[in-house]
Amino acid sequence: MAVLGRSCLLLGLVVCAYGIGASLYGARTTQPQWVESARRSVYALALILTVAIAVLEIAFLRNDFVFNTVADTSSRTTPTFYRAAAVWASQEGSLLLWAWLLSLWSSLVLFLTRRRLREVVPYAIAILLGFGSFFISLMVFYANPFQTTTPAPAEGVGLDPLLRFPTMMIHPPMLYSGYTLCMIPLAFGIGALIARRVDAEWIRVIRRFSLAAWLFLGIGILLGARWSYSELGWGGYWGWDPVENASLMPWLTGTAFLHSLMIQEKRGMLKVWNVSLVLATGTLAIMGTFLVRSGILSSIHAFGGATLGVPFVCLIGALIGGSIYLVVSRREMLRSEHRLDSLFSRESFFMANNLVLVALCFVIFWGTYFPLISEALTGQEASVGPPWFDRYTVPLALVLVLLSGIGPVIAWRRATFANARRNFVVPIGAALVTLTALLAVGITQKPLAITMFCCAAFALASVGQEFFRGVRARRAMTHDAPPIALLALVRRNRRRYGGYVVHMGMAVLFIGVAASSSFRHQTELGLSPGQSAKVGPYTIRYVRPTAHVVNDPAHTGSTLNLGAVLNVTKGSRHVATLHPSQGYYDSSDPTQGSVGHLIGGQAVSHISMSAGVTRDIWSAIEPDISAPPLQKIINAANKTIPLVRPDEGLLALAYMAGAYLRHPPPAQFNFIDSPLVMWIWIGGLIVLAGGLIVLWPAPSTVRGRVRALARVGLARRLARA
Amino acid sequence: MSVWIAIVTVLLLAVVVLLISAPLRTGWKTGPDTDRRAELEAAREGKYREIRDAELDFRTGKLSREDHQTIDAELRAEALEILDRLQANDASMGESEASAPNVEASPPQTDTD
Repeated sequence: MAVLGRSCLLLGLVVCAYGIGASLYGARTTQPQWVESARRSVYALALILTVAIAVLEIAFLRNDFVFNTVADTSSRTTPTFYRAAAVWASQEGSLLLWAWLLSLWSSLVLFLTRRRLREVVPYAIAILLGFGSFFISLMVFYANPFQTTTPAPAEGVGLDPLLRFPTMMIHPPMLYSGYTLCMIPLAFGIGALIARRVDAEWIRVIRRFSLAAWLFLGIGILLGARWSYSELGWGGYWGWDPVENASLMPWLTGTAFLHSLMIQEKRGMLKVWNVSLVLATGTLAIMGTFLVRSGILSSIHAFGGATLGVPFVCLIGALIGGSIYLVVSRREMLRSEHRLDSLFSRESFFMANNLVLVALCFVIFWGTYFPLISEALTGQEASVGPPWFDRYTVPLALVLVLLSGIGPVIAWRRATFANARRNFVVPIGAALVTLTALLAVGITQKPLAITMFCCAAFALASVGQEFFRGVRARRAMTHDAPPIALLALVRRNRRRYGGYVVHMGMAVLFIGVAASSSFRHQTELGLSPGQSAKVGPYTIRYVRPTAHVVNDPAHTGSTLNLGAVLNVTKGSRHVATLHPSQGYYDSSDPTQGSVGHLIGGQAVSHISMSAGVTRDIWSAIEPDISAPPLQKIINAANKTIPLVRPDEGLLALAYMAGAYLRHPPPAQFNFIDSPLVMWIWIGGLIVLAGGLIVLWPAPSTVRGRVRALARVGLARRLARA
Repeated sequence: MSVWIAIVTVLLLAVVVLLISAPLRTGWKTGPDTDRRAELEAAREGKYREIRDAELDFRTGKLSREDHQTIDAELRAEALEILDRLQANDASMGESEASAPNVEASPPQTDTD
């Protein structure tokens, strides 16, 4: 099997090299058969890498520990679902996933453009295959997923327990899809610049791919935040970790591009800006990939001990240098075809929104990369924490939410102040009502959060008003019932109203972020059964301890799970019963003893929360298994039970669990009462729905395809007749 | 097992070689060069979208009647110019190539995607 995998990688590398040569030769000599052959080499690469990833997947499912990757990131005790997804938990497997997804998206875009952009496509093929060959080379020369060890170890190390969480298994493919989709606009942007075809056509081709990249990155970021909140024991969803930031940066520049491309499509303006955003987004996606694999970070998201820094730095340097050269050398043909009709127009507000988004990206870039560069130069560890990021990003986020409410009510080309005054009455009224209501209920601290609520109310009212007026205009023409008119309005204007839905979702999401970060109560303390803690308006009582051996309630494959039953009350009213626990995993390290190693791996917190639309009550436990009575049992078992009898080791653990239940030592608890967190996930889902509305093919496109297919069918019938 | 792997490897290699070499072996020909036409079509669609957006802006109260009329007239003039260029392009491409695509004389009624 490993031979087949290795053959696939070598064959993939050869196909990439051939495809690059064929496409460039075809472009130089204007011989289309060579370009077509190069295009087919992308399809072939997708086929080859599909076989390669299938080989690795089979190896994981069959517990084939001959493969080093399988032995390092899986084990027989790892549940099947997590074993199937463990392919991308390692450096090697995730590189293969990256290359595979890139080959699939490249095949799709090249299939869709097989009769279009003939001058641009050869260069785009060369760039895409260049990326493909880069990642395959990394696998062949640095991190081969098909490397083997003979004889195979009897058991694997197992998947990192922190990754044994359903959303964490979907999160990497989403993020990688986003990153790899960013390569499509990048390749076509470079192709358009090389071929000197910088009109609106290439923008039209890549628009959907840019949108898909934005959507997948967004889903990936949201799933990562959800994982952090629901799995990691700190109760937060965003920690300004460099790897989190790395995925946010291309999303921000991608968002800017999705707005400014409309100005190029409509007015032939901002060509330099748009192509620069496309190149920056692609480069930031590569930099995000680099950050995880360079070995310069010790993040929970990074692959420890990675050594791929130098090849990535070379690639990033080439991308930045090449991009600057191409944009500067083509600046004459990138001149705008029109000028702004008025500063008071939707175009102007789109530009303002672009500046804010790029400023946000710059702040995050500075806060993420500057400490790393400084550390590399001075040798002293440096980092900036959440307060530094919050100082700059919060004001920019406020302006962004405000602009997301202003944009929809301003006309394209030129707006008049009289119309604008009329259109702003409702949104400003909503913001003022929100402010009055907040002050009336006594919320007077946290001015930034209050400002965010008012800005979000402004944006929501602005978008709501747009839907209302759109439906009214539609009904005036068709006399449909309001729901039918609404559906027809959205269906026929997907980009506009899908975009409004996204604005609505972002406003909702920021309400959740502002409320949960400004008004949360957190208590960390030790409790024994029967004792209580006060968290905001709630009383949380530690009722009794729980213990499970092997039979892990979260199905993550832990050997021992110790937890607690908590009773949450507000006054005399019962609110919820919580069951936080901590899982202990096998370390496979015999030096820890025959029983000690069974629980000597990473201890992972399984949080428990009562989630609601108004607030989440979140809890995590850290039991004290180092208490002398428990340690005494483990030490005695280590001495008497041989390593080859894990069944007896489990019996000893069951005895220890019983002792824990009879005489539980005080456990450390972390309680958080956090308002409106649910609205972050709801807002994210609304954004996702809006993105899908925009992405869905327009009815006219579908009709066009049906007409084209009918024409083809008719032609075939006539040919047969 | 190793025999099967050898067979799969050889099969994969054969498929890849056949797939990639097909255009070179069969004297692959491209259809008519439609890049210029695609560029003009993109410009035309963009202009139609602008006309419809202006109409929607007017109907939702963001543009006054006078502003809408001025903008609409400008946009329609620009659209006609693009349509003229499209027809000139089709004429220069020859009748057989130009007959396949369909030049729309006016924007579809309400879709803006």
